[in-house]
Amino acid sequence: MFLNTTGCLWILSFPWFGMDIGGTLVKLVYFEPKDITAEEEQEEVESLKSIRRYLTSNVAYGKTGVRDVHLELRELSMCGRTGTLHFIRFPTAAMHRFIQMGRDKNFSSLHTTLCATGGGAYKFESDFRTTADLELVKLDELDCLIHGLLYVDSVGFNGHPECYYFENPSDTQACVKQPCSLAHPFPMLLVNIGSGVSVLAVYSKDNYKRVTGTSLGGGTFLGLCCLLTGCETFEEALEMASKGDSTKVDKLVRDIYGGDYQRFGLQGSAVASSFGHMMSKERRDSISREDLARATLVTITNNIGSIARMCAVNEKIERVVFVGNFLRINTVSTKLLAYAMDFWSKGQLRALFLEHEGYFGAVGALLELLKASEDP
Amino acid sequence: MATYVEAVRGSHSMDKSITLPPDEIFRNLENAKRFAIDIGGSLTKLAYYSTVQHKVAKVRSFDHAAKVSFQQESDGEPLYEISVQEEITARLHFIKFENTYIETCLDFIKDHLVNTETKVIKATGGGAYKFKDLIEKKLKLKVDKEDEMSCLIKGCNFVLKNIPHEVFVYAKHGDSEFRFQNTHPDIFPYLLVNIGSGVSIVKVEAEDRFERIGGSSIGGGTFWGLGALLTKTKRFDELLQLASRGQHTSVDMLVKDIYGGAYGCLGLTGDLIASSFGKSATAEKEFSKEDMAKSLLHMISNDIGQLACLYARLHNLSRVYFGGFFIRGHPVTMHTITYSINYFTKGEVQALFLRHEGYLGAIGAFLKGAEEDNPNQYCWGENYAGSSGLLSVSPELNPMQRERSGTFDMLEMDRLERQLVNLPLLQDSSSYIPDTVDLTEDTLAREYWLCCFEEALDGVVKRAIASQKDQPEAAERAEKFRQKYRDKLQTLRHQPFAYGSLTVRSLLDTREHCLNEFNFPDPYSKIKQKENDLALKSYQRVLKTLEELSWEQRQIALVRGLLAGNVFDWGAKAVSDVLESDPEFGFEKAKQQLQERPWLVDTYNQWIERLKGPPHKCALFFVDNSGMDIILGVFPFVRELLSRGTEVVLASNSGPALNDVTNGELQILTERIAAMDPAIQASLSEDRLTLVQSGSSSPCLDLSRLDKVLATVVRERGTDLVVIEGMGRAIHTNYYAALSCESLKLAVIKNSWLADRLGGKIFSVVFKYEVPSIIQGHH
Repeated sequence: MFLNTTGCLWILSFPWFGMDIGGTLVKLVYFEPKDITAEEEQEEVESLKSIRRYLTSNVAYGKTGVRDVHLELRELSMCGRTGTLHFIRFPTAAMHRFIQMGRDKNFSSLHTTLCATGGGAYKFESDFRTTADLELVKLDELDCLIHGLLYVDSVGFNGHPECYYFENPSDTQACVKQPCSLAHPFPMLLVNIGSGVSVLAVYSKDNYKRVTGTSLGGGTFLGLCCLLTGCETFEEALEMASKGDSTKVDKLVRDIYGGDYQRFGLQGSAVASSFGHMMSKERRDSISREDLARATLVTITNNIGSIARMCAVNEKIERVVFVGNFLRINTVSTKLLAYAMDFWSKGQLRALFLEHEGYFGAVGALLELLKASEDP
Repeated sequence: MATYVEAVRGSHSMDKSITLPPDEIFRNLENAKRFAIDIGGSLTKLAYYSTVQHKVAKVRSFDHAAKVSFQQESDGEPLYEISVQEEITARLHFIKFENTYIETCLDFIKDHLVNTETKVIKATGGGAYKFKDLIEKKLKLKVDKEDEMSCLIKGCNFVLKNIPHEVFVYAKHGDSEFRFQNTHPDIFPYLLVNIGSGVSIVKVEAEDRFERIGGSSIGGGTFWGLGALLTKTKRFDELLQLASRGQHTSVDMLVKDIYGGAYGCLGLTGDLIASSFGKSATAEKEFSKEDMAKSLLHMISNDIGQLACLYARLHNLSRVYFGGFFIRGHPVTMHTITYSINYFTKGEVQALFLRHEGYLGAIGAFLKGAEEDNPNQYCWGENYAGSSGLLSVSPELNPMQRERSGTFDMLEMDRLERQLVNLPLLQDSSSYIPDTVDLTEDTLAREYWLCCFEEALDGVVKRAIASQKDQPEAAERAEKFRQKYRDKLQTLRHQPFAYGSLTVRSLLDTREHCLNEFNFPDPYSKIKQKENDLALKSYQRVLKTLEELSWEQRQIALVRGLLAGNVFDWGAKAVSDVLESDPEFGFEKAKQQLQERPWLVDTYNQWIERLKGPPHKCALFFVDNSGMDIILGVFPFVRELLSRGTEVVLASNSGPALNDVTNGELQILTERIAAMDPAIQASLSEDRLTLVQSGSSSPCLDLSRLDKVLATVVRERGTDLVVIEGMGRAIHTNYYAALSCESLKLAVIKNSWLADRLGGKIFSVVFKYEVPSIIQGHH
């Protein structure tokens, strides 16, 4: 643990936020102190109270904001205080409404520091300043990601491990989620799947490099699904995908070779060409929206798996950790990634996942805020 | 995995009535020996091997018994006999056409197939299964299926080894879009990324050793399939056209859309795509077909490029070739792949493409069937007359060409009689470039030379007819030749990259190929004969004059003689005009035409100093023209070298080109000269003067493709001097060639444009004596 309860030199004024403004989603973590004394309560200004009440008494904000209640970390000690860490997300498209809310709730009067990471910290910096009179502390998103991840793993998930993997990944029947610990996390290949994908080789808390990235990420899945099926949300897209059959859309090895392509050791069930069947009009006319959603999901996931695996081999790292909001409520992808890592590496690589998938950047931003208070 | 059978099912039921222009397309079918076919998703590639009967000019000395003395012969009897003989050579034909034509083509082949020895047709490609019954029924040949990937690799190895300028890098914004690479002596190891419906990444380590090290399901089929869904556009080519008009930034989420600018600390520029199709998830708006197609193209190209780089790095390979129907010469896909590779490797790896990429499978399948003939043992040469050239059937680029030959694309390769290898005296064979000016890049020069060759065409036609006066149909054939070569020039105007880098050499070679195609094997044979005759008469007189001179005077006279002889060149338009109007244009007159010293390039003083030193061990002399040049210029010069104790190897063309002296002619001439000149006679009998053939039939010289025998002789004799003479060999080619021994390049610039470019006037002299720096150090 790199922050302890005695680490703070002075009491940091509330509210404590960490924010990660991505291409598609804004992730917000909010520390709700549960150890507020009566005295404190007395002194607490109205605007602060109203923020706290607004955030903790709702699970949805406006049309699109959501608090992931199932993820909250309870009885968490941070910087000498005990409380609950809340995890909130809303689309980046609603950022301007959020900034306006900040102005309406007179956030700037609280004299708190707003730590933000992600590209939006840069993009919206001037909007925060001009609209809400708020000065953002901009933080590097990869630093935040790694710090947040290591922190959440270290405090655990309300008494359970944060990390998990899939046992028997190649057997759909026997494949089960198993909690595990990231006790010795380094080196690890960290694959962050947001709108796009970043692949990092992490050697210690502060020693990492961005190995590569791909533009085929969660944004591509959702974007293509919207265009192909007319769906509007990630949840809707995943719901459809879970019911679809990608083999009606993709061309498999056996569709070409009648079975396995033995010359090259390719299984008949392997995808030879994603969307390959869609070259034919008859096929295009005979598939469902669900099939298309499933194929899109499988295509994007396999591709990320393939790049991750190649990077792991090139960097000689056996532990591959997948994070990011693409994996939220997305067991199709997590299982597929687990299978792909295991199968193509002949058991050499293991895919690991974390419960708080997409929130580590925001947690990292919050940690920076608290760390700032540590320094004299 | 490059097959996509179902996709084309619909289009086949359409019955198009097609008339084939047969004499252009399935040439020599009656002599076809062996077939192979590669049927892809939309294109069929047919390969066959045929023997081509064509006329070759032969020279033959009259019987020795009949030969009495030189004096007698000179009284009107020609010194040798020219005959035109039929010769049979082997040729590989490859034809690429749309699958729609397959039935028509099979019918055509059936009707024209005379040879029935063939029982089997090798087949590859996904469509081979589908069309198996049709082929067997129509052609009565058994279809023998070959593994697609093995064929592809075999074909790839073959073109990499045999076709100069096969490989190119694509630069959309460069001076020329296509930058061709020289044939590399060692082609292995390399990575082949075949983008069919999916992607296969194959590592090739040796002729028969390759491994599929990876692949991806996101390939051409994904572009086509997803593209069809997104844009309701059915055809692959149309999708590409849509893409080339689109703007991906309205669909893709860029780094700057997230950051507002660049992500500086990671070096990610603002224009980088952060999330493909990322904007189509958030914006509630309609996207244009063009923009979606473009975004899709970027997504797929980048993804393939990234995987290729990861595999290249993992296996430590720097040569990465891209092929498959996704590439197939489409500029837009070559551009996006190139961009991606450049981005992901930070410029360390270049994406390489192949001119004959579409034919690899068919070539490989054919080679598999022809293994008993050992086709890999021979050298093959691309026949420019019978090959369509890069992008010739691209409808966008060249609608005219498309109209002319339908959508049929052809490649023909001639089996060369000789094995060709590098000259062992090249300083660095991998960086040697024969041609001095790359006309693909030099637009002004290209304009000039294309016009020049066009203007010279009338004269060539006239001479071709004159060389076959006894044949009444010669005029008709010559007309066909004119049409063919004019079309080639026209094609090259639009696609200077059609046959690799456009050079003066390739323009000359193309002309020779076209002449041969219409059975004008040697239009200059009679002219050469006459000139040789005339020159022989003066040989002894010239020798006598030279012998009367002091050593110093003789050396300059020998060089001037060599240069004067070089003025006699029908290849140069300025000279052919004079020669035709004034046949008495004599040797002396030629000398007067020469520029006075100092010449345009003049290192004569160094040469003379060198001659005062120890003799060279052996000189290799690449000779040029017949007549005055070889007899009155080269022989006296060679004689002087011999007298110094230097052995001489005279290298002449194997086949005719313009008025260049051929090896056959040179043998007879040497015999005649030896009869007059005891010094030459003695050198011949002592084996100090040797005649070899260059392996070439070009007025230019490619030192990386020379007869293997020549290379052996050069090595065995310890050659330490190379003399290259004439515009074609020393100016248009090899002007900058770096040799590992001393070299002498000399020529008279008989083209005012070129002279002007080099900073001189017409009949300027280039005398370039060079000593490599390594040897210089020893002195």
